[in-house]
Amino acid sequence: MQLSELHARSQHADRAFRVLAVVAATTVLVVLALITVTMSKRAWPVLEHMGLDFFTSSRWSAPEGIYGALPFIFGTLFTATIALALAVPVSLGVALFITQVAPPWLKKPMVYLLDLLAVVPSVVFGLWGVLVLSQHFGLGRSFLTAGIILAVMITPIITSLSREVIETTPQTDKEAALALGATRWEMIGASVLPHSKGGLVGAVMLGLGRALGETIAAALVIGSALGQITLDPYASGNSMPAVIANEFGESDGMHKSALIALAVTLFVITIIVNLVATAIVQRSMRRSRGT
Amino acid sequence: MTTVASDLHAKPSWRSARSAIMTGLMVAAVGAVALPLVAVLWAVIERGASVAFASFPDFFTSEIPVISRRAGPGMGPAIVGTFLVTGGATLLSVPLGILGAIYLNEYGGTRKLARAVRFMATVMTGVPSIVMGLFIYIMWTMRFGYSAFGGALALAALMLPVVIGSTEQMLRLVPSHLREASYALGATKSRTIIAIVLPAAAPGIVSGCLLAVARAAGETAPLLFAVGAATAYNPSLFDEANTSLSLQIFGNATSSFAAAQDRAWGAAFTLVLLTFLVTFIARVVTARFSRMR
Repeated sequence: MQLSELHARSQHADRAFRVLAVVAATTVLVVLALITVTMSKRAWPVLEHMGLDFFTSSRWSAPEGIYGALPFIFGTLFTATIALALAVPVSLGVALFITQVAPPWLKKPMVYLLDLLAVVPSVVFGLWGVLVLSQHFGLGRSFLTAGIILAVMITPIITSLSREVIETTPQTDKEAALALGATRWEMIGASVLPHSKGGLVGAVMLGLGRALGETIAAALVIGSALGQITLDPYASGNSMPAVIANEFGESDGMHKSALIALAVTLFVITIIVNLVATAIVQRSMRRSRGT
Repeated sequence: MTTVASDLHAKPSWRSARSAIMTGLMVAAVGAVALPLVAVLWAVIERGASVAFASFPDFFTSEIPVISRRAGPGMGPAIVGTFLVTGGATLLSVPLGILGAIYLNEYGGTRKLARAVRFMATVMTGVPSIVMGLFIYIMWTMRFGYSAFGGALALAALMLPVVIGSTEQMLRLVPSHLREASYALGATKSRTIIAIVLPAAAPGIVSGCLLAVARAAGETAPLLFAVGAATAYNPSLFDEANTSLSLQIFGNATSSFAAAQDRAWGAAFTLVLLTFLVTFIARVVTARFSRMR
C-alpha cells in the first residue's frame, strides 16, 4: 500500500471520529429541544382552556374539568422552604466542622460517608418517611413530614458543595486572622465566610433545585390533599411532582394535558433556580481562583 | 498600661467562649445529620434484611405475588428489571456521553457549539426526573407501550449530562504534553484520543460513570409511566411491561398490608445494597487511580 493512500485513509477515519463526537454532543441540544417542544405542545390545550386561571385558581377537579394549579405550586414552594430552613444551617455546620474543626483522620471518612448518603435512593427515604417518620413521630402525612424528608435528602448535596467552596479559602487568609488573635469562630467569620459567601449561596440554590423537583419521597409523605393552601405545617397538602406521580396513571385528555402543564411549570422553575445557582457558583469559584 | 498584659492572660473570655459554643453547634449539626440518616439505614437493614434473608434465596429469586396482601417472598423480577433498565440506560448514555465530552474537551474548546452544549448540559442536569418521565411517556410509551427500554431511555436522558460533565473534567486533567508527544510521533487526532487520552483518563471516567449508574439505579419517577407493573419475570428489554425494585418500593410503601410493606423493606434493602456496591467499586477505582499517579 502506498504511503499516501494510508495517509488518506487515516484522515478519513479522523474526520469520521470528529463527526461522531459532534453528533454525540449535539444529542444534548436535540433532547432538550424535544422536551421543550413536545411538552409545551401537550400542555397547550389546558392553558387555552383555563387561561391564566391555571396558575391562580386553587380549585383542581378533574371530573368538572377545572384545573387550578396554585395549591400545588404553593405546596412545592412551602415544602422546599421548610426543607431549606432545616437543611441549610445543619449543612453549613457540618461543612464547617469537616473543613475547620475535624482532625484529618476524621475528615476523610466523613466526606466518604456523605457521598455514600447522596446515593441512597429517594424512594428509600420516602419509604422510611411514610412507614416510620409519619407514623411513629405523630407527624402524619403533611407538609412538615415532606419538608423533613426533603431536608434529609438535600443535606448531603449542600454539605459537599459547601465543603468544596469553603476549602478554596486561602490558608494565608485564615492564618492572618488567627495571627491577629482571632478565635476559631472569629477566623471563620472574618476569613472563611466572606470568601465563600457566593459559592455557599449557589450551593444552597442547587439544593433548592433538587428539593423542588423531588418527586417520589414527597408523593409518599405529603398526604395528597387537594386544594390546601395553608401555612400550617401539620396540614396535608400536595406538590407539583407529587400530583403528577399520583394522578398521571389514571388521567386522560384534558387532565393529562393539565398534568403535563404542571410538569412544564416545574421544569421552568427548577431550571431558573439551577441556572442562577450555577452562575453564582461558577463566578465565585473563578473569583476565588483569582482568574 | 499594665492591664493589657494581664488581659492576655485573663481567664477564657466571652470571645473564646463564643468560639467554643459555635464549635459545639457544629458538632451538634453533625449529630443532626447523622441521626436521621442512621435511622433510615438502620430501618432498612433491620426491617429489610430479615425479609430479604428469610429462607434465602427465595426473596431474590421468587416472583412477586400477584395479590399483594399475601405474605411471602419475591422480588426476583424486580431485580432483573432493575438490571435491564439500568443496564440499558448505561449502554445508551455512557458511549454517547463520553463521545460528547471528547467533542467538548478535544475539539470544541471555547467554540460556540461547545459552549452551547456545555450550557445546555447544565440545564439538563436540572430537569426534574418526573419531567423526564413524562417526556419519555409522550415520546416512547404512547407509541410502543410499556417496556424496560422506555425506562432505560428516561434514565439515559438523566444520566447523559452527568456523564458528559464528569468525563469532560477527567479529560481536562490529562496533561497536554501527552497529546503533543503523540502528535510528534505522527499520530492523527482521533488516534491520539483513543490510544493516549482516553486510557490516561480511564479510571476517572469509569468512576464518574459508575456514580451516575448508582444514582440512576435508584430512580423511580422516570420509570413510573414507562415500565409498567409486571409481577412475573420478563427478561426482554423491548417487549411487555416490566418492573423494578424502586417501583416495587413505591407501590408497596403505601399499602396497608403488612406483607406488602415487608416486601417494600426487603426491596429497599436490596436496592441500597446494590447502589452502595456500585459506589464502593467507583471508590476503589478512584483510589487505584490516585495511587498510580
